[in-house]
Amino acid sequence: MSTTASLETIGLRKSFGALVVANDINFRLEPGARHALIGPNGAGKTTFINLITGRLAPSTGRILLGGEDITSLSQADRVKRGLGRTFQINTLFKGMSVLDNVCLSIGERDGQAGNMFRLVGARPTVIEEAYALLERLRIADEAMTLVKELPYGKQRLVEIAIALGLKPKVLLLDEPAAGVPSAESSIILDIVEQLPQDIAMLIIEHDMDLVFRLARRITVLVQGGVLVEGAPSEIARDERVREVYLGERHHV
Amino acid sequence: MFNWFSSSNKLAPVDRLVKSHQLRPVELLPWAAAIAAYFLFDSYLPLGSQILIMILFAMSLDLVLGYAGIVTLGHAAFFGAGAYAAGIYAVHVSGEPLSGLVVGAVAGAIVGFLSGLVILRTQGLTLLMLTLAVGSLLGEAANKASFITGGADGLQGVSIQPILGLFSFDLFGRTAYVYCGIVLFFAWIFARRLVHSPFGRSLIGIRENVTRMNAIGSPVRGRLLTVYTISAAIAGIAGALLAQTTQFVGLTVLTFERSGEIVIMLIFGGIGRLYGAFVGATLYMIAQDQLSEIDPIFWEFWIGLLLVLVVMFARGGVLGLLDRAIQRWRRRS
Amino acid sequence: MNEIFAAAVSILFHGLAYAMILYIISVGLSVTMGLMGFVNLAHGVFAMAGGYVTVTLMNDYGMPFGIALLVAFLVIGALSMVMERVLYARLYGASELEQVLFTIGLVFMAVALVRYVWGPLPQRMTLPAVLSGQIDLGFRTFPVYRTFLIGVSFVLVLTLWLGIERTNFGAQIRAAVDNRRMAESLGINTRRLFTLTFALGSGLAAFGGGLGADILAISPGYAIEYLVYFLIVVAVGGLGSLRGPFVAALLLGISDTACKYLVPELGAFFIFLAMIGILLWRPAGLFGRM
Repeated sequence: MSTTASLETIGLRKSFGALVVANDINFRLEPGARHALIGPNGAGKTTFINLITGRLAPSTGRILLGGEDITSLSQADRVKRGLGRTFQINTLFKGMSVLDNVCLSIGERDGQAGNMFRLVGARPTVIEEAYALLERLRIADEAMTLVKELPYGKQRLVEIAIALGLKPKVLLLDEPAAGVPSAESSIILDIVEQLPQDIAMLIIEHDMDLVFRLARRITVLVQGGVLVEGAPSEIARDERVREVYLGERHHV
Repeated sequence: MFNWFSSSNKLAPVDRLVKSHQLRPVELLPWAAAIAAYFLFDSYLPLGSQILIMILFAMSLDLVLGYAGIVTLGHAAFFGAGAYAAGIYAVHVSGEPLSGLVVGAVAGAIVGFLSGLVILRTQGLTLLMLTLAVGSLLGEAANKASFITGGADGLQGVSIQPILGLFSFDLFGRTAYVYCGIVLFFAWIFARRLVHSPFGRSLIGIRENVTRMNAIGSPVRGRLLTVYTISAAIAGIAGALLAQTTQFVGLTVLTFERSGEIVIMLIFGGIGRLYGAFVGATLYMIAQDQLSEIDPIFWEFWIGLLLVLVVMFARGGVLGLLDRAIQRWRRRS
Repeated sequence: MNEIFAAAVSILFHGLAYAMILYIISVGLSVTMGLMGFVNLAHGVFAMAGGYVTVTLMNDYGMPFGIALLVAFLVIGALSMVMERVLYARLYGASELEQVLFTIGLVFMAVALVRYVWGPLPQRMTLPAVLSGQIDLGFRTFPVYRTFLIGVSFVLVLTLWLGIERTNFGAQIRAAVDNRRMAESLGINTRRLFTLTFALGSGLAAFGGGLGADILAISPGYAIEYLVYFLIVVAVGGLGSLRGPFVAALLLGISDTACKYLVPELGAFFIFLAMIGILLWRPAGLFGRM
């Protein structure tokens, strides 16, 4: 590929003593990608995300964001350069309203968050942008509701809203529909499908229907290493993938 | 915040959010009360000054404990630093009070910044223990450096010149009361603006979920250090006021009891809402004035018991109880 | 040269005695904090209570020293078990601030009660005749009492360590400190385990308070005054660890004694500075896990 990848890892490796949780992962996320990361439990998918965002420091390897080496940057610095993520378990400001939650992330991106001399709302651009985002995600009605009073599915949407508020160039979604009753998960999927095309998206998911609906490219992670990567149709046909998920070869 | 009077749920959410941060009339109640007290309780003005000083001290703690969520039992370190700095300044350099306040603020800020730099990397018990250690450290230093601080006897001879050359401290404590009141007023304006600013909201975010704050690119440690230093400066001003109004600085400004006392005052009033400091400090100081004379042991026991009960049944303090009462009253009508 | 040697030996000896008392009192706090994650600032109250009970039994009832210590251990241990079930258990899910405030409230109440019953002055402990005086260990004479203290402490510490390593109960504690959920899924009743551990730790603190009455004076301010030291030992040693606080207690005890002897003008200043330094280098403590 001649274009610069939105996100790239080169030889990314993480071990805790003898336990290797990320094994020389070479990964490319193209601009505008819809890329899914799948694999059995314990394969190291969330670990991989944590390495990319900086929550975890790699043992060796490099991480490039838009061609720039971010391996030694802090979490906050990576976010400032356009990296956003959602967590598998809702990681929200439960005691604050939905609107406040999203305002916090927009404020950080905007640079207003550090201002201690102006009242919140004196220049309402942040609040207005937050509200508009909530409208797009169809949770504007709950804007003033405290997050802890929302049903889990709606909280999941707030989780996504916070990440979107950062206007990330690369968005890492860690099981966006996890824990959401299937009736509501379709809403989440609709939202994810309609996200701006210029964001490069990496989604961890277990639900294969979701994966095949959303992804244009799939990476299979097993025991910390990349097993195979390719288009959904290739992955669906791949014997090794079936083995990993089903544990045995299917006999026709 | 005081949302007792928000009736218009019909207002668009954006407007409601904007309004919730603007000054409401009820927030001027403490000032009306302070002014009324000046006239109604004019034989109690020395106590009144001390109450105002404790409110200032408690308010500074609220920034750190209530808003940023830093559990500290060593806040007296900044109070004491300001008290001793202002006292020593008055004894050795100049009795001018306003510059003494600046000295107190700077002393508090320096101690706050340096200690914050080292201890804010930690959390939980380690952090708590380090706040205790810093407090003990300063207490020991003040005790041993008796050539400057007066040691166990305290710093004597703190005499203060008239404020702005016009208002000298009188025997009835009137000047002191108004002086403390005005300082508190400006500090309150500053603190109120701070907690209702984007910076203040980010402190609440850090308290609520620091993982999320990191994941949205917030410079968490820088914010914490900033608020810690600001809070220490304000505590230093409170200490300076104490030195100037009582004309004495003793080792008790730096003790664990002092740190614990101010936490208790704040908890009783309600943390994280700025006005808990006003309510808590006032109630505590008045109760202490009336009751601890009768029997100091009795006083200590009941404060301990009250603390246990508040934690078990009334976590939001007095303001929290008021909140609940008003909600229940609203629901009925 | 001889003087330096003599001074060093003296510092080591007294520092060791101090360290052992600190350890015996603080080890319970370390284990219960590692086990339940509960910030118990009232731990010093148990040590204080043990001191008062021991001294009162000896002074007012003529009980022999050893028996008095044993009674203190059992009584305070039992009392703490009741307190744990009735009071502490309500706050296991609470925030750190709430636990801190709650236990400080308990401290204030306890201090007030003690001051009311026994008065504000430090308790004078009359050592049993057999323990007073000096003992000649060949190259130097040492106070009998401190020697006895060190000896008893060593035995106690060894028993404790062997107990944790070799007994079933000890194994359960180690498992639960390491990973509570895993321990529960293995069938360990962590609630009961915690109550018993809490009682043991508090009883030990009481024993240490009584045994060390000569070093840490028994007065109403005890629970507050020495709290910093207990917390230093636990924080520097590492929560949930047995050996960590031992090393921390040695460091603290010996260096504090050295400082007070060599540079009394500085007092405890240097100690606090050093402890702050260690905690910055190793925020989880020397032997901590996090």
